[in-house]
Amino acid sequence: MKNSGRAAALFLFPSFLFVLIFSLVPIFESFRLSFYRMILTLPWLGQKFVGWQNYLDLLTDPVASHSLLTTLIFVTVTVPLEVLLGLAVALVINEPFRGRGLLRAVVLVPWAIPSTVASQMWRFIFNDRYGLFNYFLFGDQTELYLAPLADPQLALGAIMVADVWKTTPFAALMILAGLQAVPDELYEAASVDGAGGWQKFRRITLPMIKPAILLAFLFRTIDALRVFDLVFVMTQGGPADSTNVLQFYGYKKSFAEGMIGAGSAVSVLVFFLALLFALLYIRILG
Amino acid sequence: MAKLAVRNLTKTFGANAVLREISFEVADGEFCVLLGPSGCGKTTLLRLVAGLEEASGGMISLDGQRIDDLPPQKRDVAFVFQSYALYPHMSVYENMAFSLRLRRLPEDGIRQRVREAARLLEIEGQLEQKPQELSGGQRQRVAVGRAIVRQPKIFLFDEPLSNLDASLRASMRVELARLHRRLRATILYITHDQAEAMTLGEKIIVLHEGKIQQLGSSSAIYRRPANPFVGRFVGSPQMNLIEGRLDEKRAVFRSGGLEIDLSEALSEGWEGYAGKALTVGIRPEDLLFAGRDDAWAQAEVEIIEDLGSDRFVHLRCGEMELLARIPAHMAVNRGEVIRLTGKPSRLHLFHQGKRVQ
Amino acid sequence: MIGALSLLPFLWFVLTSVKSAGQITAIPPQIMPAFHADFYRSAVSEHGLFRYLANSVIVAGSTTLISIAIGALAAYALTRFRFSWARSCLMLLLAISMFPQISIAGPVWKILSHLGWLNTYQGISAAYVSLSLPLAIWILSTFFRELPYEIEEAALIDGCSRLQALRKVVLPLAAPGLFTAAILVFIHAWNEFFFALIILTNSNLQTLPVGIALFPGEYTMPWGEIAAASTMATLPLVVLTLLFQRRIIRGLSAGAVKG
Repeated sequence: MKNSGRAAALFLFPSFLFVLIFSLVPIFESFRLSFYRMILTLPWLGQKFVGWQNYLDLLTDPVASHSLLTTLIFVTVTVPLEVLLGLAVALVINEPFRGRGLLRAVVLVPWAIPSTVASQMWRFIFNDRYGLFNYFLFGDQTELYLAPLADPQLALGAIMVADVWKTTPFAALMILAGLQAVPDELYEAASVDGAGGWQKFRRITLPMIKPAILLAFLFRTIDALRVFDLVFVMTQGGPADSTNVLQFYGYKKSFAEGMIGAGSAVSVLVFFLALLFALLYIRILG
Repeated sequence: MAKLAVRNLTKTFGANAVLREISFEVADGEFCVLLGPSGCGKTTLLRLVAGLEEASGGMISLDGQRIDDLPPQKRDVAFVFQSYALYPHMSVYENMAFSLRLRRLPEDGIRQRVREAARLLEIEGQLEQKPQELSGGQRQRVAVGRAIVRQPKIFLFDEPLSNLDASLRASMRVELARLHRRLRATILYITHDQAEAMTLGEKIIVLHEGKIQQLGSSSAIYRRPANPFVGRFVGSPQMNLIEGRLDEKRAVFRSGGLEIDLSEALSEGWEGYAGKALTVGIRPEDLLFAGRDDAWAQAEVEIIEDLGSDRFVHLRCGEMELLARIPAHMAVNRGEVIRLTGKPSRLHLFHQGKRVQ
Repeated sequence: MIGALSLLPFLWFVLTSVKSAGQITAIPPQIMPAFHADFYRSAVSEHGLFRYLANSVIVAGSTTLISIAIGALAAYALTRFRFSWARSCLMLLLAISMFPQISIAGPVWKILSHLGWLNTYQGISAAYVSLSLPLAIWILSTFFRELPYEIEEAALIDGCSRLQALRKVVLPLAAPGLFTAAILVFIHAWNEFFFALIILTNSNLQTLPVGIALFPGEYTMPWGEIAAASTMATLPLVVLTLLFQRRIIRGLSAGAVKG
């Protein structure tokens, strides 16, 4: 076609404009701001170039390093769990049986629920006086009841449970897509070659869905790095900063304290963390 | 209907020349077949004529009017796609009426033309159905019908039968020939199937590596292939090609243990080729078993394929493998050593890739 | 078992919304609710549930319409025109979709503040459109790629202009894809919380997720009302999911498998 480059540019322009203004410019602006001191609510004080100061502050702030640690713990616990459970779920809903469509839809429900709804729901379940969690553990012995969300030892765990519940369906879907791409002939050929159920899974299913599993890992990791909604609703980062993950920390710096320069330094840190994980997975994927 | 002329048409994709300096004509009402293996550039050529690709050089004209700078919708050509490309969201009737609607024909005229085409193609019963409810053969008919109702200057067919199974393909072939005779339409038709080309084409253009190898009637192309490629590509089973050399002193061709007297075949003078490399082509049906001593060579029967009506005999003659096609009643056994010969008039001689008789 | 684990926690919340105040805090928990509509009534009258609902509908609806319209143009160009940088564009989009929100939140806030678009529908929708475009374009391009190009060529030869071909042949055929992308973008925009939280500080404009997250009550949580609002916020999504499970799974995996 004549001038296809120009026509394409015309068609792409509106999308490009949005992405430029609200994604590309901001990411570079975040980089720039991370070298400045600027207070969001007091813009008349202007911007002052402070070099690496924001990053140095971050390094010396024990809350920041604890926040990084919390985030990494959150990622390393939830993501493998979600992928593993997702794999199990995917294997089940890939089998043909009556009502499979319904089960698939049901499995999707936690994914579709707004995360703040899921957060409130789990907050209710973890309630220290009448939550289902306590009832299942201790029955009528209300004097034993725990307050998971007010206990620094338990709060992160409670949030992890909520996250696993909410996002396992997504991992399952990624893996289901991989499973559906495995041709039946392969299993038939393996049966003819004498492979049993477990061997078929080990030798055929797993290698064939490896890319899907890695993708699930990638998407889940990137997403877990930016966990926010659950923390905001369930614990507000507390108690005693035990659930203060990076995105929440950055949010507080930028929007609660208005220290947008310091907040931007956190943004850049999270960005590179995500990039690092992305590159790692892409390397494994090949 | 109109006459198509293509002059020096060239198409390059990057550094890759797909078509080089193609020139030919299709007369008014002629059925012209572009024949070539996949990747020879025939589809690109057809798409250039349709306006779906832009030429890198040369010109295309319909009835003396240049069309190569017009978009497809202004060229007044009809195109039957290999995949049929029927509009899946429209009924058969709507598929055929679509182009007429775009041209704002009155509804009466549209109905009349669609009905007529449907009757011709025997798909009147399917007019209200959607393409996905049809069989392969019926879809094929709808695709043709969509072209017919247009009454275009030229029909372009892109391997329209290749998605049909063998028996359907044979009957559709005959139907297309019949249709052409009724409509007297100008048709440019591409295929990689030489049998299809031979039965349909009044004129056949053999295309290979972006160049026209030969242009002529089917019998001319079969009887006098212009080069070894055409010789092998047209005719089934494939022509035997024997690489060898002409004697310095006599009109005798040698290759391994094989010796052929070419004095008759090269009656206009063999001296020019004395001592030079030649390729001798002979079709399997022209290879004869000799009883006499003037045989070209001895060969051992390796495999016999019995087709019922006749047999393919695979022969080994030293390093060389040859194929002969013999009548079914002729007795021959595996492992038997036989003598080979053939009629000098049935030999095809090539020198440096060109026919030399 | 899997189904129970997925559904029961939420079902519990739904039941809570129709219990009486006493039932909510009862130990042992009471499964059968009293089927009171009181919490819905107070969520509407005291907490402005309908206002949040309306805001969500407006924001998610307009985000979906705009994203699909301009995303379809982009996806069409990326899959239909031959040009060398199409693949790079898609990769860039994928990379953008992985940006942590916090990495762009500050500047987005500043830009919207400059435009005077904080606490406006157009402000939040503009941010959402750019957030959902990568997803929309990826899904749509997988659908466009599956549409045989020959059908469009047939339309051109039949006499369509490029725009006519787009309108009469491509769009009707791409409708299922557009619809799938629309569902996913809608769910995404309906559920988004982080940007809504920072851009919409005026409670008259806040969407359901913000309203639910910021439900007032420091010590005694109005669980009944929260559950009622949550049910209202989730019901449309559950209905969408149950109806279009197949499409959603296809759409989500379209982006993933090709990646």
